[in-house]
Amino acid sequence: MAELNMADALNLALTQEMEKDDSVVVLGEDVGVDGGVFRITDGLLERYGERRVIDSPVAETALTGVSVGLAINGLKPVCEMQFSGFSYQGFHQMEAHAARMRWRTRGGHTVPMVLRMPYGAGVHALEHHSESKEVFYAHTPGLKMVVPSTPRNARALLVSAIRDPDPVVFFEPKAVYRAFREEVPDEEETLPLGESRVAREGDDLTLISYGAMLHRALEAADTLAEEDGVEAEVIDLLSLSPLDHSRFAESARRTGRVVIVHEAHRTFGPAGEIMARLTEEAFYYLEAPVRRVTGFDTIVPLFAREQDYLPDQERILAAARGVLND
Amino acid sequence: MPRKRVRLEHAVEYLSILDEKGRVDDKLEPDISKQTLLDIHRMMLLSRRLDERMLTLQRQGRIGTFAPAKGQEASQIAAMAALSGDDWFVPAFRETAAMLWRGIPPENLLLYNAGYSEGGAIEEGSHDLPISIPVASQIPHAVGIGYASGLRGLDEVTITFFGDGATSEGDFHEALNFASVLKTPVIFLCQNNHWAISMPRGRQSESRTLAQKGLAYAIPSLQVDGNDVLAVYAAVQEAAQRARDGEGPTLIECVTYRLTVHTTADDPSKYRDEEEVEKWQGREPIARLQTYLKKKRWLSDKQIDKLEKEIEGQVDKAWESAHERIESLSDSQVIFDHVYAETPEYLESQRQSFADRLKEGE
Repeated sequence: MAELNMADALNLALTQEMEKDDSVVVLGEDVGVDGGVFRITDGLLERYGERRVIDSPVAETALTGVSVGLAINGLKPVCEMQFSGFSYQGFHQMEAHAARMRWRTRGGHTVPMVLRMPYGAGVHALEHHSESKEVFYAHTPGLKMVVPSTPRNARALLVSAIRDPDPVVFFEPKAVYRAFREEVPDEEETLPLGESRVAREGDDLTLISYGAMLHRALEAADTLAEEDGVEAEVIDLLSLSPLDHSRFAESARRTGRVVIVHEAHRTFGPAGEIMARLTEEAFYYLEAPVRRVTGFDTIVPLFAREQDYLPDQERILAAARGVLND
Repeated sequence: MPRKRVRLEHAVEYLSILDEKGRVDDKLEPDISKQTLLDIHRMMLLSRRLDERMLTLQRQGRIGTFAPAKGQEASQIAAMAALSGDDWFVPAFRETAAMLWRGIPPENLLLYNAGYSEGGAIEEGSHDLPISIPVASQIPHAVGIGYASGLRGLDEVTITFFGDGATSEGDFHEALNFASVLKTPVIFLCQNNHWAISMPRGRQSESRTLAQKGLAYAIPSLQVDGNDVLAVYAAVQEAAQRARDGEGPTLIECVTYRLTVHTTADDPSKYRDEEEVEKWQGREPIARLQTYLKKKRWLSDKQIDKLEKEIEGQVDKAWESAHERIESLSDSQVIFDHVYAETPEYLESQRQSFADRLKEGE
């Protein structure tokens, strides 16, 4: 058991899976000698050599398409996109091939690859380095879409993603990489994909979130307990696809009041789907209209104003209190 | 049925006019006026000093991450100096020097790097594009702009900048082929600075030159000493003439060197030797140009000192005005501007709720 931050925990997952399974290969821009711009792949080149840790040319289409080929031919590629904003050249490969190969070949070929990428705002990064466009992937049948929130679940989910028989897009909240440490067991640990968790228990209100924003939702829940005497349940989705609605629907049936928090844009964002599932699964139990606190429908601003874009305590609390008083 | 060598349309040449010792090949020396050369020199120095100041400001936490242009001033400024203001400029993200030549105020660059989109504002009618961060993604734009110039009957050339890493991207290859087929008046200027973050040029591509990638598309392509103002100027001037004569695109590989970090978020000690940097420091472009200008008696040490002082004052002033503007930019509602020509109702209501919060906070 060691206290690790998320960057180190992801590195542990990669190291242990590469150690255990020779078919796991890592590829990406600057993942070898440099150890990745966020140091997630640090030390892998020294341990496993350049045949399994591929420092690639600057070529996202090829990186993604090559990963599809590696996966078809018996390997388990873990491909790093340096930032989610650079993944769109590879999106074509994910949509046209990774997502469809199993279906098109009626199970004859499969693509057990992981496409990892840091996403989200809050670290004073450049343009194209702060977006949260998980819906592009979550919207695509055939892909799984995972967003961890803490060091321990990041490690366990990455191991599961590598072992999963289908292509998994793995969004890493870069604002959390080095934000805090958590006990992470040395021994192997996995978490099932497509299963959410209760991050905080409560019976008065349900807050649904994931990734970096989960921590803002938790902070708001603490404030509500202190200032309003309200106990909010906080659901951490962990996977957006498959989306585990049973847990949040159960919680909503119990509390009758729901607020969804994410940094992705509002329109056609994940909250829209969550609200639809709530309508299907918990409509008659709701005491108030469900509210959502999201990134605005603007371009994600440059870093001086990125906090204006992100859901903050004021907005989350206002929505929660609104739902409680409706 | 023989097996014989297929001759290509072009071959790659290497061009160097002013070498690292400041010696000139008289036969190749381009006709550049004294004033233009002095302007080039001044702008190179301004770019270098602004870069250094920005590095300090970044380390102090006053501005954010940026990509320094240090060492690449000749490739950028001599190229722009060979073109006119009506020509189009399509940069990547390290073209601070070229942007300064185009007349973008240093304070705007500082404002942008401090995280304010106002610093990236471009005047309507300008022929400059904003910086483009996703590698190689801007190159096809240059082809479209160039084709449009032709279709509209305008005597404009488009130059686009990118690095060695960009030549590995599909966007680069697709754009080159497109430009060749459509004979667009475009200059593809590759600044081969030897490093794509941690990836050295030798591992980026097995090709002996990056210029030869143009040959696959029948594009005249050459390699030039990118730290040599005269060679870069001559090459771009020639390419521009070809473009204006309707002969289509040119690919120019400027061989230069990234003398410092990829961006301020990068630590090169992890992947490259200081010795290599020192070797290239000896080939850097500014001292070389100064030697040349001094030999011509167009510049003296005294004038350089004076210029340095002027530039220091200019950079001080730029930061002062950038800082003043930052102080006055308290209203974050601007994030809702310019998403569309006309803000749709749903977005206007998001702005309104944001504005109401701001008001409550007063």
